Amino acid sequence: METVEKKFRGRHLLQIADLTADEIMGLLNTAYKFKDVSEREIKKVPTLRGKTIVNLFYEPSTRTRTSFEIAGKRLSADVINISTSSSSVTKGETFKDTVLNIAAMRPDAIVIRHGSPGAPAYAATIAGCSVINGGDGANAHPTQALLDLMTIHEKKGSVENLKVAIVGDILHSRVARSNINALKMFGADVTVCAPPTLLPHGVNALGVKVTHNIREAVADKDVVMMLRIQTERMQQGLFPSLREYSEHFCLSAKVLKSARPDVLIMHPGPINRGVEIASDVADGPYSLILSQVTHGVAMRMAVLYLLCGGAES
Amino acid sequence: MTAAAKTVLSALEMGRTMARMAHEITEKNPDCSQIILAGIITRGVPLARRLADKIKTITGVDVPCGSLDITFYRDDIQSKGPDLNAGRTDISHDINGKTLILVDDVLFTGRSIRAAIDAVMDIGRPGRIQLAVLLDRGHRELPIRPDYIGKNIPTARGERVRVKLSETDGEDLATVVEGA
Repeated sequence: METVEKKFRGRHLLQIADLTADEIMGLLNTAYKFKDVSEREIKKVPTLRGKTIVNLFYEPSTRTRTSFEIAGKRLSADVINISTSSSSVTKGETFKDTVLNIAAMRPDAIVIRHGSPGAPAYAATIAGCSVINGGDGANAHPTQALLDLMTIHEKKGSVENLKVAIVGDILHSRVARSNINALKMFGADVTVCAPPTLLPHGVNALGVKVTHNIREAVADKDVVMMLRIQTERMQQGLFPSLREYSEHFCLSAKVLKSARPDVLIMHPGPINRGVEIASDVADGPYSLILSQVTHGVAMRMAVLYLLCGGAES
Repeated sequence: MTAAAKTVLSALEMGRTMARMAHEITEKNPDCSQIILAGIITRGVPLARRLADKIKTITGVDVPCGSLDITFYRDDIQSKGPDLNAGRTDISHDINGKTLILVDDVLFTGRSIRAAIDAVMDIGRPGRIQLAVLLDRGHRELPIRPDYIGKNIPTARGERVRVKLSETDGEDLATVVEGA
């Protein structure tokens, strides 16, 4: 196993900080071209012919897993999906052994989603191939931040000095963390909004403004990103009830009135209609929720191309 | 130390050469309304535009003109690594059944043209594909033969052929520089 580690000199994408600002701009440029490919009749380019990509998902996912799969296939790579519910993980195989066994089949990249922060980073030390973080616990979800950046960039032309509000369960959100890092890298002005129980300790250290009032958060913003209320955390008593949460933190048409007239509404999905976002807002003219999904395929194509596109550095 | 650059086409010669190529295209394609020009990014794009202008002068026909990026079709991705500066393929006209003329500045190994043909085939199914190049410097590695050649220039493999165009480089000039 030592030899596998030493031979591999490629790259991983575990967090936004693994990329330079120039590389992210390059990824944006490339993703726009791959978006064009996705709009053609023949939605495929031969770029990653002969490469193998494994999706290893320890948590449920619709968008991330499907879009990585479509992205790989549109690049002509072979994509294999492993969901832990139908694998040897149910027989008690450890994460380490699963990764080593997949690595022994010589894939070029493994996309990992895992409930524990740092699991993809650990896998990167033993896999001998590129590891892409598809979301690890509350830590990071770099490709989501990249596709969100693309969605904002496409509409606004630039991210610099844009006022962005991120509203919802910041505490448990890897999406919020990666987005804050990416948005700050490009000079956006970020405000987070949540009840105090759903904000991490030391949130100020991330360089963001903090408010507990959604009207204040949304006022005068260019972009409002809503986060899913993770109903699976309800048991922990972090807020009294879904109804009370939505009364104070739901993005309704009424709350939205205080935002800029050209405001962009985003949500990483899956959405809880009527909880964190009102149906008419989610389906409304400012909503980019489905555009984010489209960009997810294009951006993941760009990421796979960057990491698997040959030439060991 | 910079190696001496030998001029192979001056601005004046380039203009005449392009005019001749436009005439050859109209001779070989009596119905110019069936032609679409596709310039290979980067310098094929302004060359295609110039050919379209000249064909318009000769025949009065507005020939559609687009750009073709071959980044994702190259056969050297494995050795050269990913390139995040891909240009945008923009051929808005329906190419099915048409005569698509690929336009590039320098024809060398033929590998770019192979990639370009594959890229075209993923957009549609042209009736035929032709190839127009400003300079043919030889050293083909694939069975590719241009239909329209501005100038044949014998080169050594290590030499570098540089085409400058006013649209991209501020002047029209083609030179050969000895390899480093």
